Amino acid sequence: MKCNIIKRISALLLTILCLLPSLLFCLSGCAAEGIGSDTVTLYVYNWGEYISDGSEGCLDSNAVFEDWYYDTYGVRVKVNYSTFSSNESLYAKLSSGSVSYDVVVPSDYMIERLISEDLLAPLNYDNIPLAKENLLPEFFGETSEHSAYDPGNVYSVPYLYGMIGIIYNTTMVEADDPGLGSWKLMWDENHAGNILQFNNSRDAFGTAQYFLGIDVNSDDEAEWRSALDKLREQKPILQGYVMDEIYNKMENGSAGIAAYYAGDYLAMYENNPDLEFFYPKEGTNLYVDAMCVPKSAKNKEIAERYINFMLSVDPTYGAPAIANAEYTYYASPNQKVVDDESYIEYMSEIKEDAYEKMYDTDAVQTSTYKNLSGEKLMLINRLWEELKSDVTVSAGIYVICGIIVTVLLGLFIFFAVRKKIRNIY
Amino acid sequence: MKFLSKCYIGLIFFLLYIPILVLIVFSFNESGSLAEFSGFSLMWYEELFNDEEALSSLINSLILAVSSSVIATVIGTFGALGLHRMRSKYIKGAINTVTNIPMMNPDIVTGVSMMLLFVAVAAIIGSQSFFGFGTMLIAHVTFNLPYVLLSVMPRFKGLDKSLSEAAQDLGCTPARAFFMVELPEIIPGIVSGLMLGFTMSLDDFVISHFVSSPDFQTLPLYVYNQTAHNVKFSMYALSALIVVVILAILLVVNFAGSVGNRKAKEKRG
Repeated sequence: MKCNIIKRISALLLTILCLLPSLLFCLSGCAAEGIGSDTVTLYVYNWGEYISDGSEGCLDSNAVFEDWYYDTYGVRVKVNYSTFSSNESLYAKLSSGSVSYDVVVPSDYMIERLISEDLLAPLNYDNIPLAKENLLPEFFGETSEHSAYDPGNVYSVPYLYGMIGIIYNTTMVEADDPGLGSWKLMWDENHAGNILQFNNSRDAFGTAQYFLGIDVNSDDEAEWRSALDKLREQKPILQGYVMDEIYNKMENGSAGIAAYYAGDYLAMYENNPDLEFFYPKEGTNLYVDAMCVPKSAKNKEIAERYINFMLSVDPTYGAPAIANAEYTYYASPNQKVVDDESYIEYMSEIKEDAYEKMYDTDAVQTSTYKNLSGEKLMLINRLWEELKSDVTVSAGIYVICGIIVTVLLGLFIFFAVRKKIRNIY
Repeated sequence: MKFLSKCYIGLIFFLLYIPILVLIVFSFNESGSLAEFSGFSLMWYEELFNDEEALSSLINSLILAVSSSVIATVIGTFGALGLHRMRSKYIKGAINTVTNIPMMNPDIVTGVSMMLLFVAVAAIIGSQSFFGFGTMLIAHVTFNLPYVLLSVMPRFKGLDKSLSEAAQDLGCTPARAFFMVELPEIIPGIVSGLMLGFTMSLDDFVISHFVSSPDFQTLPLYVYNQTAHNVKFSMYALSALIVVVILAILLVVNFAGSVGNRKAKEKRG
């Protein structure tokens, strides 16, 4: 009787085992292909949380694009939207050739690198008429000042941009603090223990370089060294080198001063209205994230139409350009968005002067990071290691570990010897 | 001494579970902030169940974990059987070592080499959209295998060889003897191998990162890619749910196990 049950169970298990893989293949195949076989899949690869995705009642930009495409061209397109967390991981995916995307959204210096390695396809602007029509001349075209990474925008169309500024807590920094308005605030010993620095070599060196008035794309090793010295000087008064933790630290007031992006400042401000923001007078970094089509793309034409759609402010399709800017809080290079009444109102509801903070930035000196040579990148990494490695705490940790190991070893020997002695008697 | 040992256990559990506890508490937080608890709300759970991308990656993760652990268990069990019956001690030792390599290897090495292999194969057969569920499955089965072998092998070693011989004496074919006599004895090892494989596959990030495609995104990949900006609070809700579900499964398994043991004892007694 018992054997019978076991036999039946094992037979059942074996059948399931044999059927499972084929079933799963079928399932995943169906899921990937969508409703019908005449549906085209468009692969979009963007930063995480960087598009209006339909949560909390906002516009679902990708779904609207699918509708718009069907209405306009009569072809069903399914957007397969996936995300990355750094330019470097995007680069790894694209250059390995393991997958092909139709639209990618890297930052400026990475676009330069992708162009130099021949991984991007030149765009056909007949499919992207809105680029010329809507984008601000500073960001698009032959004479634009912010598109040095891709002169003339042959390969890329700006999506959103941002500028680094200093966020500070008004309960910790007085309104008449002499450091306000300058990078000096991050080097002020009066705020020791309350300052956060980027945990990312390029941005951290950038703060020191802007403060010292050095070119952030300098070729001179001595200049990088002097930036390193400046960072060393800052190290004792820092609370730490952080990236994402900055949100929580600034929101709950455990740190008072940090350099970060203007869009993220607004997100923090929503949770802590004591926070204020300024652009340092010495100059700061401006970065642009732009939409590109990789060489390996399978649906280049649809990809270009997707790019065009994301620039649109057409209210019948929910004005995706405005929705994306509102969702992410990042600044839009789109003239039609910047001038839009409802957008201006939306920004002022978050914070009275949010719109001015984002766009009234003519007085701020900016520059962009350029793609550095491999040699230069190695140098920066080495200097960054130098900065991070001369930690005074680590000596203490080694001592404690050493003591623990010795104690454990001593105990072990003690018990082993005792056992042996007992065995003798 | 008793008090001290209680304190020690308390401290260990506190350190182990405080992060999870914080996560669960803040998944009910009204405002999207870790700074302060402003009020109880289920809004993040609501948002989670409206987040199609998160849910589909959760389903993908489950499909992959179940299928890869089941396939690895079948292959691993038969592999263990073969290894157990092997005569030469040296070959046995060598094979044992080789099968453990995917486990001892750093994930990143396995991941990169898998990716290179798949890229090379794709280039040879001239296929373009080669990456996806298939490549993920192969990779996951590969790193699940050693865990299954590791938990099934000791069971085989503890098995009395004469049992199977007796069954064959009484007229069983070798295959039938395996399924009716040996398999029921090693079932606990198989189940623990299956569970190990399932959990390993469910939370694997590094290897999946290299062999995945946008068609088939698993949950760890999805969560990781959000770290570019602030991680969504609905992810806290999802993690809280996963913890609760795992806790429930563990309770059921342990409860069923103790009931089963008691019944077995009653039968014998």
